[in-house]
Amino acid sequence: MGNGPEKIELLYWDGCPSHPEALELLREVLARRGVVTEVELREVHSQEEAEALGFPGSPTIRFDGRDVDPEGANRRPTLNCRIYRSEDGRISPVPSLEQLEEALR
Amino acid sequence: MRLAHGEQAPPFRLAGIDGREHALADYGDAELLVLIQSCNHCPYVLAWEGRMVALQADYAERGVRLVAINSNDAARYPEDSFERMVRHASEAGFNFDYLHDPGQSVARSLGAVRTPEVFLFDRDRRLAYHGAIDDNRDDRTVTTHFLRDALEAALAGETPPVLDTPPSGCTVKWLP
Repeated sequence: MGNGPEKIELLYWDGCPSHPEALELLREVLARRGVVTEVELREVHSQEEAEALGFPGSPTIRFDGRDVDPEGANRRPTLNCRIYRSEDGRISPVPSLEQLEEALR
Repeated sequence: MRLAHGEQAPPFRLAGIDGREHALADYGDAELLVLIQSCNHCPYVLAWEGRMVALQADYAERGVRLVAINSNDAARYPEDSFERMVRHASEAGFNFDYLHDPGQSVARSLGAVRTPEVFLFDRDRRLAYHGAIDDNRDDRTVTTHFLRDALEAALAGETPPVLDTPPSGCTVKWLP
């Protein structure tokens, strides 16, 4: 990945309140790692769009097209809040810093 | 419009995951009644529901009844079907009633917008507290226990220190 991914996407649905927090976490991790690639924000508006984009819930973060949570990436496309599980089993509407760090490696 | 502080709980009769119907009047013996707009799939609900179980366990002997209500449109969100409610409640160890509101009349009467969203009713079934369970979905970083504080106050016949907080969670999934 060199100095980081060439493309960083954050897809979100406005009906879920978690994307600002996810963006903040993402920017924190990118800054820590010295990645300067700009985050592309994309709002998903409809179920049809969710299906076309393979959007399994909000937020979805992809580095060069790869989901930061590959397990969750295969869930049914939906306009919904996405479920993330941290290593200690806790459930969260956003990926953990550790998950984002791991995905950047 | 959301129920205002001091307004009466809306009457309801809903199917529970125990196979029985539950009406507002059935909770008449409870000192306090906590209705929580909820569902099966929302990560905010999943993050908080362990605390819902703990609250019911901690306050059962003092006459507090917690009741979760799922009103989400299960046609568009199959994870929120009645069958999945039954399964989810079993897996999550619910120690409170979990009711299905497929017509969304209760959610509309309460004016609920989020899951989870708390409506605490006093002995006269007037709204005493509305909003979040506490101030953080991560149980490790909670500093203010809004619902516990409200329960303690209401059980003592006092006004809760905070009457209203913004609920943080998924949106109620309305029927088209």
